[in-house]
Amino acid sequence: MHAIVGENGAGKSTLMKILYGMQRPDEGSIAVNGRTVTFSSPSDAIEAGVGMVHQHFMLADNFTVLENVVLGSEPRKGGWLDHAEARRRIEEISSNYGLDAEPDTLVEELGVGDRQRIEILKVLYRGARILILDEPTAVLVPQEVDELFDNLRELKAEGLTVIFISHKLDEVLRVADEITVIRRGTTVGTVVPAETNARALAELMVGSELPSPETRESTVTDQPMLTVSGLTLRTAAGRAVLEDIGFTIHKGEVLGIAGVEGNGQGELVEAIMGMRRGDTGEVRLGDRDISGWHTRERREAGIAYIPEDRHRHALLLEAPLWENRILGHQTQEPNVKGPWIDRKGARRDTQRIVDQYDVRTPSIDVFASALSGGNQQKLIVGREMSGEPVVLIAAHPTRGVDVGAQAAIWDYIRTARREGLAVLLISADLDELIGLSDTVKVILRGRFVADVDPANVTPEDLGSAMTGAGAKE
Amino acid sequence: MNRFDPRRILLTLAAPAMAIVFAFIITSLVLLAAGDPIGETWRTILDVGSQPRSISLIVNSATVFYFSALAVAIGFRMNLFNIGVDGQYRLGVFTGALVGGAISLPRPLHILVIVLVAMVVSALWAGIAGILKVTRGVSEVISTIMLNFIATGLIAYFLRRVAVPVAGSNNIGTEPLPASGRVGGLSLIPDSPLQIYGFIVVAVLAGVGYSVLLNRTRFGFDLRATGSSETAAVASGVNVKRMIVISMLLSGAVAGLVGMPVLLGEAYSYSLAFPAGLGFTGIAIALLGRNHPVGIAIGALLWAYLDVSGNPLQILVGVSSEIVTIMQGVIVLSVVVAYELVRRYRISQEQRRVARQLDEAAGPSEPREPQGVGV
Repeated sequence: MHAIVGENGAGKSTLMKILYGMQRPDEGSIAVNGRTVTFSSPSDAIEAGVGMVHQHFMLADNFTVLENVVLGSEPRKGGWLDHAEARRRIEEISSNYGLDAEPDTLVEELGVGDRQRIEILKVLYRGARILILDEPTAVLVPQEVDELFDNLRELKAEGLTVIFISHKLDEVLRVADEITVIRRGTTVGTVVPAETNARALAELMVGSELPSPETRESTVTDQPMLTVSGLTLRTAAGRAVLEDIGFTIHKGEVLGIAGVEGNGQGELVEAIMGMRRGDTGEVRLGDRDISGWHTRERREAGIAYIPEDRHRHALLLEAPLWENRILGHQTQEPNVKGPWIDRKGARRDTQRIVDQYDVRTPSIDVFASALSGGNQQKLIVGREMSGEPVVLIAAHPTRGVDVGAQAAIWDYIRTARREGLAVLLISADLDELIGLSDTVKVILRGRFVADVDPANVTPEDLGSAMTGAGAKE
Repeated sequence: MNRFDPRRILLTLAAPAMAIVFAFIITSLVLLAAGDPIGETWRTILDVGSQPRSISLIVNSATVFYFSALAVAIGFRMNLFNIGVDGQYRLGVFTGALVGGAISLPRPLHILVIVLVAMVVSALWAGIAGILKVTRGVSEVISTIMLNFIATGLIAYFLRRVAVPVAGSNNIGTEPLPASGRVGGLSLIPDSPLQIYGFIVVAVLAGVGYSVLLNRTRFGFDLRATGSSETAAVASGVNVKRMIVISMLLSGAVAGLVGMPVLLGEAYSYSLAFPAGLGFTGIAIALLGRNHPVGIAIGALLWAYLDVSGNPLQILVGVSSEIVTIMQGVIVLSVVVAYELVRRYRISQEQRRVARQLDEAAGPSEPREPQGVGV
């Protein structure tokens, strides 16, 4: 089992794309089992026995496990799908590698960990002997990670090769037999876990000292900034997505929300931003009831928003940076003068953000799509911190961002908190959550199930609480 | 500042140029297959551009097309497909002609009333589709097409009730506009026996207004933001439902102008012979001109040019004028493909260029990888 580590933007994904035939190398060669190969498409890679498990699952929800696995390489009998043969092979692979898959379950009924196993099964079904896993643990809670690693060890025992891409060093150290560190597109070292530790590895990866998300002194005041009470949200079918959610964030406080993705965090954020109306419940900003306010009014009142999915919710990809500076602040200085767009003002302020937040770009006229993820995120953070917000709703503010930018973003949040900003922080990075928050609440199936003191909790405990397995405090 | 980057301009022009070359090849092949004279056909088409009379005809129909394409473009910029410009303008011009023929007012006021009536009626007609979309989720494509049919029916029905016979034919139309409701022509083209619609001034103003509205105002920003990413627009606080209704009303109001040059400058009444189908031409031209006010103007002129060249083809060369329609069709299809190719090329080029410039500028700094679009 070989791990490849490197910070975001180091070239891990590009390397994987080349190995899987999605991109052609300019130079160099790839050898599989000692034989030099050239892949011009993923099907060439599959033929050579190389399979890829993507970070984002590629499964059809409304298909069964069996249908998903065979999709694209169906065993046929006279033009029809040979169900018996498909089932036989899936069960065989499943029991050989301990994947325990049930062929007839609908994928939509499966949890994240199960889905990942189906992805692995899919690749094995196509005869792969070399598996590439791209950040497989990004979406898993600690317990699921353990299960995944058990599966991977099983695969290894059966003689398969696993290439494991990650930037979570402790995980890599636990499972890999050999680790290759890449930085800025080149290999900076290959080490074996026994001879290194997380810190040394990280420094190899970053090339410098490591940042940490810890906040030092508390700046919490007793002045409530954002109060949510009795917030309930149901789907059209009547299922509660959020149930009786309530909390208060004070001036200078960071409230962290921990939870496995899809337990209502997204809906909570949208309800607070006014993008989605709660069925019942109240949202108060300071002492004003803003439940009936439109998103724009809430933004004007000083709620800043860093959305989870920057491409969908925070950027106009095919618009220049300075227009992206205006987005979300279309009614505020310095972007507009009355009904007119103030181009000069917006451009000047975009330049300020670019300088102040170290957004690496040759110009403010390039499209947002031309920037790397980290730089896009820094631009968004800079934009949302403009205009003296009183509340910041930050959903996964450092997701997909390299270590340098991550440290910078943590710094901005800390500084703003010291100056009295109230922050709602939602993150899947438990270290970030524990390190930045003054209080942590755990959300499970749309309800708060536990309050955790970030000062004395470990990521493992938090992980248990998130899955509902741990004891409630 | 690289707004006037020569490479960008070159790329912008590359797509329509490619499309025209491609259309030229396809059309030549069609001519070849039909055994028609290829050289003579092209010579005749090119000749059209040197005749003053044809030029006047081209400018006049381009004026009409321009309004139609502008109306469509407003919707396009917001990802709304207003297929109903056709019904909207016909209903508007019919009502405008009706009101204009029935009242008498001093000159500028009379014209103003006719134009306003047409714009309001067209806007309301388009607004129906907008309301249906935001309240019931009806696709504007479906509803505007249906509204086209209803408009056709309504006009035919009411025309029978109010019509007077048009002198010297068995055509029927609305009461002709009195002199105070007419707009005179301009003798812009030297040596041409035909005048240019005075309404061309309004077309120019509309183009400028469109550009200012979209690029310089808050409203325009919201509209473009909604068009390029509805999710991002919602998160930024845009009230998308309100924007849909307003854009449909605006698109309809501009559609109301489509029939005005002909009504006020040439026909003076709405009759069965009033030009129809201009709304669909507008869709093609908006695509050609890429929703850009200048691009649309060029597209409208090109379209009008081909339209006008159909006549001499039939008379002089004996080639069916439908060859022109084939060419128009091929241009639109290939231009859509070409724009998409150029768009993708430009995005990947820019990503590469930014990465390169940063590497040069920063040297051994933070590494970065170009992000895929929409991932």
